[in-house]
Amino acid sequence: MDASYITPFMTSIQNVFSTMFQLPVDIGEPSIKSDNTATHDVSGIIGVSGEMVGTIVLSMPKDAALSIVTLFTGMEMEADTEDFVDAVGELVNMISGNAKAEFQRKGVSISCPSVVIGAGHRVSTPSGTACVKIPCNTDCGEVVLEIAIREAAAESNEPQTNAA
Amino acid sequence: MRILLIDDSKTMRNIQKSVLKQLGYTEIEEACDGQDALSKIGAFKPELCLVDWNMPNMDGLTFVKTFRENDKTTPLIMVTTEAEKARVIEAIKAGVNNYVVKPFTPDLLSERITETLAKCGVSS
Repeated sequence: MDASYITPFMTSIQNVFSTMFQLPVDIGEPSIKSDNTATHDVSGIIGVSGEMVGTIVLSMPKDAALSIVTLFTGMEMEADTEDFVDAVGELVNMISGNAKAEFQRKGVSISCPSVVIGAGHRVSTPSGTACVKIPCNTDCGEVVLEIAIREAAAESNEPQTNAA
Repeated sequence: MRILLIDDSKTMRNIQKSVLKQLGYTEIEEACDGQDALSKIGAFKPELCLVDWNMPNMDGLTFVKTFRENDKTTPLIMVTTEAEKARVIEAIKAGVNNYVVKPFTPDLLSERITETLAKCGVSS
């Protein structure tokens, strides 16, 4: 995957977390994700379509997600509530939208977010699209961005992972 | 002043509502998408709308175009993650008066609201 697809997400999560709730994010070393199971038990998912296709996942351990959502909304809430799901969805929406702007391509759209909660769940990605995992360390715990995107027209030669 | 907040995320509506309350605005109605907003404007008669772009059922851009068919003057502010220059131009052509990119600080949102109302000659 082109490295220029990854950098905007690193800056974006730092921008979103610091602007919305003053939480610094320390970016770790990105790596290729080789299995198809979610890294953590809370996933905020955005689909990418148009000139680029794929998925963007914000994967968080439940405890970290609860702390981050509390900072974001100013309220404590349970993970099985609509408000928690809404907040996680909005976080991945802002991270994806901000990063997308860096691509400066008119024909790239992002979907409304989906949120999945539960240990061991899987998120499929388009075949032939490598998934890059970006560890992001915060005072609330480590969260992970999983980016599996490519140009729509390009025939990818990258290994098939089907994982996000 | 009557303000209509249009965003599919309740979290974002709450954040914007808290900024509006800090500015002294309390007459606030909420809508979860463009269709919901159109169904509420007749009764609520907003004097300012804050509208998200990406929403289910009817997106913000379609709402703005539909709203502007009958109302050329009520100030509209797009509050969205869509940050590309081309999108901003598209929204302005459709009839928005100002544009705020998410994420935003409370200060930036209040500044844009105040600026928009002044520019549109609306007394707050």
